[in-house]
Amino acid sequence: MTEIAANPLDNSFQWPEGGVTRVPYRLYSDPDIYALEHERIFRGPVWNFLCLEIDIANEGDFKTTFVGEIPVIVTRDANGDVHAMVNRCAHKGSLVCLQERGNREHLTCVYHSWTYDLDGQLNGVAFRNGIRGKGGMPKDFDPKKHRLEPLRVQVYCGMVFGTFSDETVPVPEFLGEDMDRHVRRNLGRPLKLLGFHSQVMKHNWKLYAENVRDSYHATLLHTFYTTFKVNRLDMDGGIRLSDDGWHSISYAKRATLDESEEYANAKVHSAQYDSQLEGPEMLDAWPEFEDGITHSIQAVFPSLAIQLTLNSLAVRHFVPRGIDRTELFWMYLGYEGDTEEQTRMRTNQGNLTGAGGLVSLEDGCINEFVERGTRGSAADAAEFLEMGGLDVAPSEGSRATETSIRGFWQGYRDIMGFA
Amino acid sequence: MAVGMAGIVEIDDALLRVHIEDMFSDYVHSIDDDRIEAWPEYFTETGFYQIISREGFEAGHAIGVLHCDGRGMMKDRVKAMRKANIFEPHCYCHVMERPRLHRNSADTYSARTNFIVNRTMQNGDMDTYACGKYLDLIDVSGDTPRFRRRIVVLDSRRIDILLVYPL
Repeated sequence: MTEIAANPLDNSFQWPEGGVTRVPYRLYSDPDIYALEHERIFRGPVWNFLCLEIDIANEGDFKTTFVGEIPVIVTRDANGDVHAMVNRCAHKGSLVCLQERGNREHLTCVYHSWTYDLDGQLNGVAFRNGIRGKGGMPKDFDPKKHRLEPLRVQVYCGMVFGTFSDETVPVPEFLGEDMDRHVRRNLGRPLKLLGFHSQVMKHNWKLYAENVRDSYHATLLHTFYTTFKVNRLDMDGGIRLSDDGWHSISYAKRATLDESEEYANAKVHSAQYDSQLEGPEMLDAWPEFEDGITHSIQAVFPSLAIQLTLNSLAVRHFVPRGIDRTELFWMYLGYEGDTEEQTRMRTNQGNLTGAGGLVSLEDGCINEFVERGTRGSAADAAEFLEMGGLDVAPSEGSRATETSIRGFWQGYRDIMGFA
Repeated sequence: MAVGMAGIVEIDDALLRVHIEDMFSDYVHSIDDDRIEAWPEYFTETGFYQIISREGFEAGHAIGVLHCDGRGMMKDRVKAMRKANIFEPHCYCHVMERPRLHRNSADTYSARTNFIVNRTMQNGDMDTYACGKYLDLIDVSGDTPRFRRRIVVLDSRRIDILLVYPL
């Protein structure tokens, strides 16, 4: 766990009594706190999701992304090695890569043609020796001192992670054993991109970090399942947490899936829900894993979630676009080797989530309602999070709990020095 | 039958063009006027509808923002919107250009039509919500023209807040 830093806001901000069961609304609107999050979290000892490895499949491929609001370039060089660096020219601070993706031998800033190798090293400065002996850089100019600011990268389960900190432990250790196992379960095979889009939501990024951990709201706000009676089977489920509370998994098992011979026989249509849908093929599914878990949302601190609902596999990356804006990227995946029928089912189930998802579309607006509802609130006004107890502990057997949200805030307080 | 600039066989049945254009207008008006139950009827029984970004469309992705394979899935969308989904009240105003039509066969025409959709929220906020093109395959064998396929290709891959009404 991170060493607890001193509260950098001095005494202007104090966490209220009640610990992680009370979350001050100020955390969503205070610009000093937002700036500090970039220093302590996004530039801190965490692994930030950068992109999928298939985004930079070939030598020379690059993909631009964001860590917090910091613009970042991910590249694959001629040796196949993956690099990440801040997308900011060492000269005057201009963006170096303007496109979201592409393929290049070098990265060249358009402003003054400073050229960088794909690992971020400066290899060329236009007119370095001046023109006709006049002008140019000073004699002691050392290109080695002017590279693009690097991030350390680790490629893990088809995802590229980056960190600014030398302290960050390797990704599996960062996740903890239980979390690591579940990521490997879902993403530990060659992946195939089925599609993507994004949605912009008008609230602070942490409200979405809460939302993906909020197992309490899932069957209350998202009534699609109950309305169409597609979720009426008894389900065992629960919450798992990493030791530090940063990461969590909310999971459900369709209990009968374990018991019934028909399901175990992997007849792809046998897992179809009894429903009143007029297009029931949208929920055609097959049991994919022997552990019986048919739905899981795994939240990875600070801004990543991995979803496997029925067979709909998606990586969700949420990026702050200012203190009161969040862009949520949906990357829908399958595995290399999926049959056409499996791809069809994953594709149809893609309708459940995303900006227009039959189950999830409410999440696009619900956190904005919190943002709007908390405007002008008193300095000590706070969320009340006591569902399922006051502590941060795994919850086997019940998801009527806010334990994962409390876990998030426990980790947040530690890393921000607000403990 | 005339041959157009691109060398493609043109529609030469003026009345049929009027019918197709009227159907296009009726389609967007049913959405703009919140008569969303009528929306699936503009498709053939097995018609296909998809909303996808330009980038995803050009890359040949299977998943965009949403899709319906057949009227049943469209009706489920309508039912979900009416009964299940929660969102802030808003309405669209579609503005379309004149469809560019091409005759594919005796029974089908294809069309491209650029559009802009303005969204107005209950508090009066108004924004350009979507901009792009309809790429259609229209079946004219029945009593009225219907979509066999309507692909809504959005210029942006980013949806503002959420998408619940079809485009």
